[in-house]
Amino acid sequence: MPQQPMSSDALPMVTLDPRLGPAAVASDPLSDDARQRVRELGAHVIARYPRSRSALMPLLYLVQAEQGYVSPDGIKLVAEMLNLTTAEVSAVSTFYTMYKRRPCGDYAVGVCTNTLCAILGGDAIFESLKEHLGVGNNGTTPDGKVTLEHIECNAACDYAPVVMVNWEFFDNQTVESAKELVDRLRAGDPPAPTRGAPLRTHMETSKVLAGFADGAVNAGPSAGPASLTGLELARERNESAPAMRQEDGR
Amino acid sequence: MSFNLTPVLTAQWGLDQSWTLGAYERADGYQALRQALDMEPDALIQLVKDSGLRGRGGAGFPTGMKWGFIPQGDGKPHYLVVNADESEPGTCKDIPMMMASPHTLIEGVIIAAYAIRANHAFIYVRGEVLHVIRRLLNAVAEARAAGYVGRNILGKSFDLELTVHIGAGAYICGEETALLESLEGFRGQPRLRPPFPAVEGLYACPTVINNVETISSVPAIVRGGAQWFRSMGTEKSPGFKIFSLSGHVARPGQYEAPLGITLRELLDATGGMREGHELKFWTPGGSSTPLFTAEHLDVPLDFEGPPQHGSMLGTTALQLFDETTCVVRAVKRWSEFYAHESCGKCTPCREGTFWYVQIYERLENGTATEEDIETLLDLSDNILGRAFCALGDGATSPVTSSIQFFRDEYVAHFEQGGCPFDPVASTVFAGASA
Repeated sequence: MPQQPMSSDALPMVTLDPRLGPAAVASDPLSDDARQRVRELGAHVIARYPRSRSALMPLLYLVQAEQGYVSPDGIKLVAEMLNLTTAEVSAVSTFYTMYKRRPCGDYAVGVCTNTLCAILGGDAIFESLKEHLGVGNNGTTPDGKVTLEHIECNAACDYAPVVMVNWEFFDNQTVESAKELVDRLRAGDPPAPTRGAPLRTHMETSKVLAGFADGAVNAGPSAGPASLTGLELARERNESAPAMRQEDGR
Repeated sequence: MSFNLTPVLTAQWGLDQSWTLGAYERADGYQALRQALDMEPDALIQLVKDSGLRGRGGAGFPTGMKWGFIPQGDGKPHYLVVNADESEPGTCKDIPMMMASPHTLIEGVIIAAYAIRANHAFIYVRGEVLHVIRRLLNAVAEARAAGYVGRNILGKSFDLELTVHIGAGAYICGEETALLESLEGFRGQPRLRPPFPAVEGLYACPTVINNVETISSVPAIVRGGAQWFRSMGTEKSPGFKIFSLSGHVARPGQYEAPLGITLRELLDATGGMREGHELKFWTPGGSSTPLFTAEHLDVPLDFEGPPQHGSMLGTTALQLFDETTCVVRAVKRWSEFYAHESCGKCTPCREGTFWYVQIYERLENGTATEEDIETLLDLSDNILGRAFCALGDGATSPVTSSIQFFRDEYVAHFEQGGCPFDPVASTVFAGASA
């Protein structure tokens, strides 16, 4: 159940690290409609857990779904909803990299530069995208479309090098394919992920990450080709696990 | 070939709409749940003990024994938490599992929760996999609508609530006590043990935490029985396991085979390294397991084999690198990863990984000295075994093992004033763009 909200006057304002740039500290209040939506959906989130504080992470995704990042005002709202201090909430929001501290572009493009992807081409892809887009790590293009970042291993090493867009898989990338990908994102013609659903914006994505289905579950394949290589090989070699006999081992 | 592929977990990944309840039930899905709910919970725990199933997340702890540690009749709520935060570099088995067949995991969750008398289970899934999350959320909703989750499951007096909890990009949350902290709404920092989660886990209540692949193996064990499971693998490491092959290989992908196969066998069966190249070094189970070289091709990949040669089975994430790869560059990047992901709680890990990165910078730009190699080893001594969790231990693995096997390559970096390798040669598109 939602806790009794604290008076907002009682809460200190959050001041984020100035190294994050002026956007993070400028006043950017949630609209009344947005607050209402977060409170309504947030009540469902809180009901999922035996203790309300467990709802903190999905609630941060809900405010990110409204503003594209976790703003000081968003932190304040979450703190009110959970009867926590803003310090407690910002301590959590700043620990996890998926909560943005500055407004993010419509498409968060993450190039895996952990060792395996980096060596197989991720480093070359990341360097070329920085140059192609004219931004650095965590930089956003002036049209507000693309935020570029390098990411850690995303559990798709059999598809290396991997690029993620709004946490959808773009497998087996090259320098050329990655440039074409970001060009199409900026032109409003986003290509479909290799294994996933047609791209949503980063803000829409955040709502799914708060645990709210968006109806796109049936898009995309069951599995990509590399996930099925073992099955294929088993078929080629006519191999399988031993047959089950019901009474064994009982 | 001296081994048979044994697709069980992966068997249905290629089915049309394999992620749906309909497809899963047509392939005998939820039959194991029916069998399990006709058994006593303790008999299920015994079955899993008899099967010899060991944790697939890396530690290899006997699953049935873990379940048996949960005190019964203690009057406290019990919890089952699935660790679906797969983030160990190189590991890529749980994500395709949940994308293609989320119901296998959910059926396992319901059976395991029944066995340990838990009425609320959580799947903690990493946040960076949007479509996998969609498939999980949908599968839970389908299972609930079909009466497999909720009140009086299949007409029995067993209730289960199942919550998908979505992480937010912290590797440390794959560590089980950090995962619990995160699930409780805190920063993901590990807890001191004891008390162990079986006694005081989630909300200070008895909790079992199992990996996705472990729990997903349970329905097949219920249906096939302990002897069937033991007919695969080795005596101490029974059963099937998904081996994830990646890197400079001809045919990267997921191969489900009995524990105890060797990398040589797997490479022979899959076309070996990419054409014209040879194996230089590899990880048996992710970046936290000490590196192996071509000398180790015949080490049995079970829980006993790699430790006899100074490494670990880990998550069976086989990342293979060929002779075009600079091992110093590879380890530098892993060290940057550990420095970034260290939660900051324990000084040896937080500071040690920071200094790793400084030294690897010097190696890469050619200003390091022989003394720096000794400093790396000294730092490793000061990290290993001196922190709350295994993240710091894992960080030392690639450092010490690469110095052990490739010290000359470190020396070459300062003798030649920088990296002697061409990074283009190691890319998959090297041939195309040349």
